[in-house]
Amino acid sequence: MSNKVLKGKAHMFGADVDTDAIIPARYLTTIDPVELAKHVMEDADPEFPKKVKAGDVIVAQKNFGCGSSREHAPIAIKGAKVSCVIAKSFARIFYRNAFNMGLPIFESADAPDRIKPGDELEVDMSTGVIKNITRNESYHAAPIPPFMQQLIEAGGLMASIKKKMGVN
Amino acid sequence: MGMTITEKVLAAHAGLKEVAPGQLINCKVDIALANDITAPISIKEFRQAGATKVFDKDKVALVPDHFAPNKDIDSANQVKMVREFALEQNLTHFWDVGRMGVEHTLLPEQGVVGPGDLVIGADSHTCTYGALGAFASGVGSTDLAAAMITGEAWYRVPETMLFSLKGKPAKWITGKDVILYIIGKIGVDGALYKAMEYTGDGAANLSLDDRFTICNMAIEAGAKNGIFTPDAKTKAYVEGRFKRTPKYYASDTDAKYCERMDIDLSTMELQVAFPHLPSNTRTISNVGTVKVDQVVVGSCTNGRYSDLKIAADLMRGKKVAKGVRMIVIPATQDIYKQAMKDGLLEVFIDAEAVVSTPTCGPCLGGHMGILGAGEKALTTTNRNFVGRMGHRTSEVYLAGPAVAAATAITGKISSPEDVL
Repeated sequence: MSNKVLKGKAHMFGADVDTDAIIPARYLTTIDPVELAKHVMEDADPEFPKKVKAGDVIVAQKNFGCGSSREHAPIAIKGAKVSCVIAKSFARIFYRNAFNMGLPIFESADAPDRIKPGDELEVDMSTGVIKNITRNESYHAAPIPPFMQQLIEAGGLMASIKKKMGVN
Repeated sequence: MGMTITEKVLAAHAGLKEVAPGQLINCKVDIALANDITAPISIKEFRQAGATKVFDKDKVALVPDHFAPNKDIDSANQVKMVREFALEQNLTHFWDVGRMGVEHTLLPEQGVVGPGDLVIGADSHTCTYGALGAFASGVGSTDLAAAMITGEAWYRVPETMLFSLKGKPAKWITGKDVILYIIGKIGVDGALYKAMEYTGDGAANLSLDDRFTICNMAIEAGAKNGIFTPDAKTKAYVEGRFKRTPKYYASDTDAKYCERMDIDLSTMELQVAFPHLPSNTRTISNVGTVKVDQVVVGSCTNGRYSDLKIAADLMRGKKVAKGVRMIVIPATQDIYKQAMKDGLLEVFIDAEAVVSTPTCGPCLGGHMGILGAGEKALTTTNRNFVGRMGHRTSEVYLAGPAVAAATAITGKISSPEDVL
């Protein structure tokens, strides 16, 4: 799974995208990914839930996912079939939640400034290399630490605990 | 080598003599907490992992407070799921409507969390308990589920930023002004992944309620935790309240800090955070004319007795301005009762404000005071993101209780001096 190349179109967002923008609290009366996906990023861009396609990539500036601890945020993004998020930096709790949910996220200093809306991207999960097919450029993301790769490979934190407990 | 208080609490819970920033450690947790929004995912993960029992029925706390009393059928079902789990697991710390309060005000009040604790909570404002000298940090539901099963959690030891406080705050200045001032200076990711430690002679001039508010909003600067060194005031608060034995830690004199900021409390001014980030602060004298539709006093940030008292003392004998709705939400039943006994609720009702049962309610745009298109609110809560309290074109301004009360009276963002 971690060697997979993620492909999709870029959707651009600014700095400090908060969890209320990712999934507003008024929709937190469910934990269903499909229901949550209907409202993903809606307060940042009301059209986003309609235009996002499977594999697409969210690209943002610094501090993506600041605010609440709601795991509904990465769940909603995954529910919309977004393949990964690239940002200059991530807020701490969102960072943990994304990995725990198996949503790949990449920190890159230059990619968010070079990528333009609609660019076709290919992100190699194992190397962290981001290829911009539209512009024939490539950027580097911070490598994901080995123990985090293991978490993703196991299918998230719960799956790894299941393994430890010997549950199938 | 010297350690900070955060490093000491983490080391103690990891069974290590010392830890250093950047180190990954596995810690035993004293309390694992979730609410009616986050617990349902934790419970689902708990079951899917094949777990049948929580690691310790005395160490898992569940508080349905966000959409409770249930605002609709979906939230009723979520609370029901939490209630049934709490009963099934025979949890000691579960509070339902009539007993519950806003989680981060309730847990310290009821003596469930205390000095030296390591608290993990599926709520970002879990960092509140640092006011007591605990390491407390928010996580998502899955991390919390893992802690409910194993009683453990992994952490990266954070670097610590030191905020050295001096002087005595002037009248009206509270912890809310101190933390908004700091966030205004360092930004909403100014303390990303870090610990925010408060020290200096000025710390002794801050009440526990001030400290709770300051640590509560550490997350609004991106921090992992906020923390005060326990002192005589901490001990007085904890005595006869905390159910376990407190452990008092303090930073070594040769502890290492990544950054340092000196803050003079005596020159601190009243702060207001403008839409749409808590870092977008202005002093009250630079606010200009901002008319509001709603004022809220409440939340885990400022729903404590002292907040209600400041607001009531300003509002006694006065009325909420025409065209403004004022909503007062005591954070717990004990606060509600004390405010009733002392006549504060009567002051609010006479002023034509509404007093609500404890709930997070409007703070996160849940219920009990949602904003319509283009409406503006001045509130004592913690976040002013787009759509936070309602419609995506509504606006939220953050301030402390004195500015909130003055604003309710005048109908525009005001200093308490304007209404005396």
